[in-house]
Amino acid sequence: MKGRLRTQVGQLAHRSVLRTLRQPAQIVPALVFPLFLLAVNSGGLKDATNLPGFPTDSYLSFALAVPFMQGALFSVMNTGTDLARDIETGFLNRLALTPLRGAALLSGLLAGAVVLGLVQAATYLIVGLVAGAELVTGLGGALTIVALSVSITVAFGSIGLFAALRTGSGEAVQSLFPVFFVFLFISAMALPLNLIQTNWFHDVASANPVTYLLEAFRSLLFEGWDLGALALGFGIAAAVLAVGLLAASAALKTRLVRT
Amino acid sequence: MASLREVAEQSQRTGIEVEGLVREFKNGPRAVDGIDLDVGAGEIYGFLGPNGAGKSTTVLMLTTLLPPTAGTARVAGFDIVSEGPRVRASIGAALQEAALDPLLSGREHMRLQTALHGLAKPEREERGQELLARVGLAEAADRKVGGYSGGMKRRLDLALALVHRPRILFLDEPTTGLDIQSRTALWEEVARLAADDGVTVFLTTQYLEEADALAERVGIIDHGRIVAEGTPAELKAEIGRPTVEAVPADPGDREHLAGVLERFGPRAGTSPRGAAARLEGGEAQLAEVVRALDAEGIAIEHLQLHAPSLDDVFLAKTGRSLEGAGDPEPEPAPEEAVGAA
Repeated sequence: MKGRLRTQVGQLAHRSVLRTLRQPAQIVPALVFPLFLLAVNSGGLKDATNLPGFPTDSYLSFALAVPFMQGALFSVMNTGTDLARDIETGFLNRLALTPLRGAALLSGLLAGAVVLGLVQAATYLIVGLVAGAELVTGLGGALTIVALSVSITVAFGSIGLFAALRTGSGEAVQSLFPVFFVFLFISAMALPLNLIQTNWFHDVASANPVTYLLEAFRSLLFEGWDLGALALGFGIAAAVLAVGLLAASAALKTRLVRT
Repeated sequence: MASLREVAEQSQRTGIEVEGLVREFKNGPRAVDGIDLDVGAGEIYGFLGPNGAGKSTTVLMLTTLLPPTAGTARVAGFDIVSEGPRVRASIGAALQEAALDPLLSGREHMRLQTALHGLAKPEREERGQELLARVGLAEAADRKVGGYSGGMKRRLDLALALVHRPRILFLDEPTTGLDIQSRTALWEEVARLAADDGVTVFLTTQYLEEADALAERVGIIDHGRIVAEGTPAELKAEIGRPTVEAVPADPGDREHLAGVLERFGPRAGTSPRGAAARLEGGEAQLAEVVRALDAEGIAIEHLQLHAPSLDDVFLAKTGRSLEGAGDPEPEPAPEEAVGAA
């Protein structure tokens, strides 16, 4: 039984990766858009580093955490849209007529998110370092950044799966994108928490998990190894993944209808 | 739990048995309203009806993708509600629209399907190649499906339904939208499957000629109920009477013409420029019809005698012509479904 599950996951993962690689429209915006915003923000807001208490002299290093989060948001859209298309075209029914297990379907579909996450993380990091960003934790830090980025991408991708299974509509999944973007903007995206002076914004950003995901990246980029920040970052990614997968599994039970 | 061998043996013995199958949708009509069916092993059964008659809903229930509201059905000897996995192991299905991934090639589809059905690794490539060749897609196997024609997609769909050597095949409107050559090619393949491999075929269609050409028996469904069942010849013989259709030379004579024809039998079908009537006295009345029209001074541009067709059967049973009789079939909302992944 385990062998069959492994085969199913492997085959669906292979399909998911092929689909991702064969859709440049999924990969290119997820690479270009965050890097474009990084260039704009790091150029336009660099004087923020003069504020007392700003944690680094390089706004580029501070802002480099943001593309990893933006890339993960694209994962919601891409993973969810792919699954929604399978529902709309009846491909899910084809899969339902095989002895496919639900766990295999979800895991296989997230494989595309892993590939996209790897490509994104490597690209953001290389471009950031070439542009002059710091990386005080060295090669180990770089690998940890990639691992964290992929974890977040997969976690957010699971929410895309849930949205697709619940609604069965690619449009509905894509409508989530702005909602997630709002979460990014009401976090410590542009300034560290200690420098956000507006009380309500500080409170919201403090409660926003995205802030702690950003801080985990930033710790690796310019602060040094901070196990607390990393544990929080990976913990939040794991929690989002757990919630996303639970919700997606429940939605799959009603969507993948078979007796 | 039965072994795969037991499943295969059982499915070889039996076809499809349905009793009082019902499917209701929330706030909707009864899409399927108590149908009974008995399809024998190795038979091609045509399920004929207009759009929205309940054909696809029936197929979804019989393939375990939609739980019935009431009634029972056994497919390949297995109950569709309590033995879903065994039913699925015994059947292949090509559902209403060819559900394919445009970004994958035909060969990649075969690899995925053979693997998900649990074929041993060495067998997968061989089975995929064999089926692709069988449906005439060997040369196009490495092209992305997005570039396939409608007929090629349907043929791939059929090949995918056959990877695990099912004993029962469900084809839901397999030729809708295809040109006549693609349609004929698919008919030939389906007929061959039944004749050579003994596969039971449950075929839904809204094409009269398809049911007539392929099916050994036909069930006609309308508003979720089976209104007639039998061999095409039996059904036509039941109607028994031919139809005469006449078009007047002067369009102003149309109603007058219809009145004359109605002396020989009830109006039948729709004739866009003339009128038609079913001849109560059979073909022998044709000469009387011509004489009556002549006596009334109606000049005729066109006169034709039609042998009874399945459309006549449908008309006789429902009061409507099959062509244009359809309504959209309701689709289940996800929350209406039960069962687990």
